Amino acid sequence: MHDDLAELLREHRQELRHPMPPGLRRKFLPPRRVPWAMAAASAAAVALVVGFGVGRTTGGAAAGFEQEVVASHVRSLMAEHLQDVASSDRHTVKPWFEGRLDFAPDVRDFAPDFPLVGGRLDYLGTRAVAALVYKRNGHVINLFEWPADGVASPPRLRTLRGYQLFSWRKDGFAFWAVSDLNAAELQQFAQLWQ
Amino acid sequence: MSFRRDVLPHLDAAYNLARWLAGNDADADDVLQDAMLRAHRFPRDGGDAPRAWFLRIVRNAAFALLRTRRGFEEVSDDEPSLEPDAAMRLVAAADAAQLRDGIDALAPHFREMVVLRELEELSYEEIAQVAQVPIGTVMSRLHRARALLKKNLLRQERSEHARRSR
Repeated sequence: MHDDLAELLREHRQELRHPMPPGLRRKFLPPRRVPWAMAAASAAAVALVVGFGVGRTTGGAAAGFEQEVVASHVRSLMAEHLQDVASSDRHTVKPWFEGRLDFAPDVRDFAPDFPLVGGRLDYLGTRAVAALVYKRNGHVINLFEWPADGVASPPRLRTLRGYQLFSWRKDGFAFWAVSDLNAAELQQFAQLWQ
Repeated sequence: MSFRRDVLPHLDAAYNLARWLAGNDADADDVLQDAMLRAHRFPRDGGDAPRAWFLRIVRNAAFALLRTRRGFEEVSDDEPSLEPDAAMRLVAAADAAQLRDGIDALAPHFREMVVLRELEELSYEEIAQVAQVPIGTVMSRLHRARALLKKNLLRQERSEHARRSR
């Protein structure tokens, strides 16, 4: 007796399914699967992403991780992905992560030099990490952090395809800062965390 | 178990379920993000097929959100099943928009049955794994869900009639 209803639903099945918004899909797909993202991205970003694909095959595991950090940074600059919570108030940003992560990230604001503009969830390697977003004269800095064992280590600079990366460990957390900002200014940012 | 292999092929089904249950884009976004994190944290142990495993996580994340909303009610599976109304013929002309409204008007426990069965085309067994209820309960909920959906469609048609004849 429900045949006609089942048939009606079957007929309209595709219209009734909610398609996933492209911005959300982009957030979840791993960095290497980017053909659809490339279509939406600017030419410059496309060139960069293609660059990673080529570089990946030659780098070791450590280089692979750095590439992933840079790829995540680049994806964050694409539409709709920079931040999930937009706020310069660390008392808003920090609680936002509660319940979304299995740790409480260290959230700081360094306005007016490096104002905090928001945060989002991101994935590096196989884990969920906190991403804090800072601005500096129009440049974006992504700071990734997650709990990590091991001794504290001071900020160390790496450069990859025009991006500067500083990584350090402190108080049981691993931190990675990435930006196209010059090394001196990014180092200044990293020092503020020490 | 590979997270990417287990989860990524089912993102579309997961979003559809999250969106139908949450009722709006922003909450569906939150539900899916929650589900992704939980899936990361508690990888599949090999017991279930990836789709049922991941949809269960999505479904539980959605219900966790729904339970915080005012007026949410758990379903009672003890109620006598609705006898089909003799006069309850289906409007064969119901279009997608009317069906959408009709499904939206169902209580979440019934809405999930319709979405999983009719839109995602899961088997009864898979639905039982997703909703964590016995197969018999899936069948009775689905039966009630279809009867309620028909009622909703009929009600819509009547009010449409009334509006037109005014």
